Amino acid sequence: MSQLSVLERLEILADAAKYDASCASSGTAKRNSKGGKGIGSTEGMGICHAYAPDGRCISLLKILLTNHCVFDCHYCINRKSSNTRRARFTPQEVVDLTLSFYRRNYIEGLFLSSGIIKSASHTMEQLIEVARILREEHDFRGYIHLKTIPEADPELVAQAGLYADRVSINVELPTVAGLTRLAPDKSAPQIEGAMGSLKEAIVEAKDARKRFRNAPKFAPAGQSTQMIVGADAATDSDIVGRASTLYGNFGLRRVYYSAFSPIPDASAVLPLKRPPLMREHRLYQSDWLMRFYGYAPHEVQQAAGADGMLPLDIDPKLAWALRFRGDFPVDVNRAPREKLLRVPGLGVKAVNAIVAARRQRRLRLADVGKLTVSITKVRPFIIAEDWRPVLLTDRTDLQSLIAPAARPAQMELFA
Amino acid sequence: MTPFRSMRLPEAFRITLSAPDDFEGWRDAARRMIRADVPPDRITWESPADQSADLFAQGDRRLPAQPADAPQPRASRDFLQLAQSVILHSDSTRFSLLYRMLWRLQSRPRLMEDKADADVRAMEDLARNVRRDIHKMRAFVRFRVIESEAGDHYVAWFEPDHHILRANAGFFVRRFTTMHWSILTPRGTLHWDGEVLQEGPPATRADAPSGDPVEALWRKYYASTFNPARLKIGAMLKEMPRRYWKNMPETALIPELIAGAQAREAQMVKAGEQDFGEQPQSLAAIAEAILACRRCEMGCNGTRAVMGEGPQGAALMIVGEQPGDTEEAQGKPFVGPAGQLLRAHLQNAGIDMEQAYVTNAVKHFKFVPRGKHRLHQNPTAKEIDICRWWLDGERALVRPRLVLALGASAARSLLGKTVSVQKVRGEPQVLADGSELWITTHPSYLLRLEDQSRAEEEAKFANDLRKVSTRLSELSGRISTEG
Repeated sequence: MSQLSVLERLEILADAAKYDASCASSGTAKRNSKGGKGIGSTEGMGICHAYAPDGRCISLLKILLTNHCVFDCHYCINRKSSNTRRARFTPQEVVDLTLSFYRRNYIEGLFLSSGIIKSASHTMEQLIEVARILREEHDFRGYIHLKTIPEADPELVAQAGLYADRVSINVELPTVAGLTRLAPDKSAPQIEGAMGSLKEAIVEAKDARKRFRNAPKFAPAGQSTQMIVGADAATDSDIVGRASTLYGNFGLRRVYYSAFSPIPDASAVLPLKRPPLMREHRLYQSDWLMRFYGYAPHEVQQAAGADGMLPLDIDPKLAWALRFRGDFPVDVNRAPREKLLRVPGLGVKAVNAIVAARRQRRLRLADVGKLTVSITKVRPFIIAEDWRPVLLTDRTDLQSLIAPAARPAQMELFA
Repeated sequence: MTPFRSMRLPEAFRITLSAPDDFEGWRDAARRMIRADVPPDRITWESPADQSADLFAQGDRRLPAQPADAPQPRASRDFLQLAQSVILHSDSTRFSLLYRMLWRLQSRPRLMEDKADADVRAMEDLARNVRRDIHKMRAFVRFRVIESEAGDHYVAWFEPDHHILRANAGFFVRRFTTMHWSILTPRGTLHWDGEVLQEGPPATRADAPSGDPVEALWRKYYASTFNPARLKIGAMLKEMPRRYWKNMPETALIPELIAGAQAREAQMVKAGEQDFGEQPQSLAAIAEAILACRRCEMGCNGTRAVMGEGPQGAALMIVGEQPGDTEEAQGKPFVGPAGQLLRAHLQNAGIDMEQAYVTNAVKHFKFVPRGKHRLHQNPTAKEIDICRWWLDGERALVRPRLVLALGASAARSLLGKTVSVQKVRGEPQVLADGSELWITTHPSYLLRLEDQSRAEEEAKFANDLRKVSTRLSELSGRISTEG
């Protein structure tokens, strides 16, 4: 095979990496290069330096070191039996690319993953080498996210956390049966074992930092994972349940959902369809309900239908409210914060504003209107100084009054 | 001038700040005005950037005398914090909005908490715009390199909406401390040489470099990281509005990426089209359907598909790789040389081949013509995976308790992954439907070996079959005692 140019390999290896949803560059320790010889900074909030027409943020240089892989996971474009073009970068090439992009302010840092070559440990060593050169030789203070290979030597995984801001291991599929069928070379206990030891290392390092100022930082932005949605038979209820177990057991910062999308030269085991983007969106909304709105996992599951699927036409919060109408209306002038957070159409910011404003005066419907995007959606669920929904809350056609009527065949709804 | 008005109203004032983001200047003047008890509607505020804001504004440029006994103006901390963002906005009414708020705060010290108040909301809206502009500048500034003997100089051209340049300088200094850089804007410029930050006069786009060789790589990255199957243009535009595009090298690609996206996605879906529909309800239906199956290249090579054979309900299913030359000609599985060898070994192990359901992982014969002969070729992983649909159908109908896979192709068809036969032989695995899978070599492999190695491999093969035989009688024994 003739040697491909850096440009051609970048095309192959960025294309091969794009099915990983995460691009976050937030929540890590604050650093800058003032007074140093290095380059870069992280200031807590992540920055999206561009957006692609798929609506996804481009924050990090997200590439694979190589897309050669000894594994044969059916959903993956890089699986051994796929006919895709193969390429690889040397660690130094990745370092040079990262730095030249970073200096031009294209990116916040690097998200590096890889196909498995030779062995899991060998691959992990290569990934770590990139991070080591960036941190030690170039004093790079930008963001580094390393994908960790669960089958690799735990010693190496521990080393990765010392250089990286975030480490992640993908659980890939929400059910063990799905994993066995679609990722026959991976094992659920091994993945969870590796996530467990990462969690321990993160907690230990945090603890050490409390006692010793100079203890090394270990993955200060924590660990995350990704689940593919729509490749196996798991229901939304299954997925929400699995995600909450993962959050609970492994202290994850984020669980990412990735709608299974068609890939070139796909495996015959997975018939290709349009990706279920709306389903993915509803799962993220349910994730938000659990993380910021105080919903317990079983409550989100209550919003799902008898088939275990969240409705696609309305958001899960509204679905929950329509199912538990007895909890409404909520008095904006009296109700505790937790109750206000359950009102469809009121976000965390709006609730905070209401709680602050009602200390100053009794809120009327118009006042609430100023603090929210759409008062029509909120109105049936609240009581204000001059407003009481009377029968509205109990109307059977309530959904059609507040949710936009079934829009003309939106393609992604039928994905 | 209208002496008539000034006789009846309090004195009017006109305050000119030194710069559009001059917070200190505004604060000093506002403090003074509050102490002199000047109501908001008697002050006209202006700064160099918005001189034209109110051409007919009247007022005295003198400042009022401050009564010595006037109390110090009071302002809550959250007001001061928000005001520092608001003052960066390009809206020319920002100074008077801030003064009006300060005026009202004197009688309502907790006014800032009333989030439904129109002035409070106006302040928050302006501050939000400013914060967003600051954030977008950090995101969308693109440096281009000018190489020289003195070292690389990174230069960017950016057009902010608000007066945020000075407020945002710290970010770039902290991040690119060791670089020599300049950010040029129509409102002013920043220059950092590694040690000192300098401000300069407004610049034009022509002052910045017109390109950078690394942009070709960046554009390639941008195009490759885009997934055409998930087009969401609205989401992109919301976060990256068109007005920023002209100074970002990658955005020129957007129209063609969007235009090509649906075609690329449709192509992928079509290429991966494996919609087999409902599983056939009988073995006869499968036998008929495979004759017409053209879902892979093998199906299209003009050979006749060969269906499995044996009693429905057989306890043992034997899966080979594919029909060979003889099998294709006769339309029956395992009737060629390999089939004869298998039959002999099964007999020795005490297994009645007539009682087993015998089939193949793929149903068509793959070959290359060599003179008069058709030379066997291995099916690809993909062909095996596609044909797996039919084997799964046969398994669902026959429901064997034990499946014997001969060779790596058969094993892949049942496991979905490629395994090494030598490593997994002799030990059973449980399949998803609860049946047991045993894997051994394919008899045609034995036929290709010679002398010593053939004898060794045949012995191992026979040994595997004996284990299967033993296990079969255990299983049928258990079934009959359980039944």
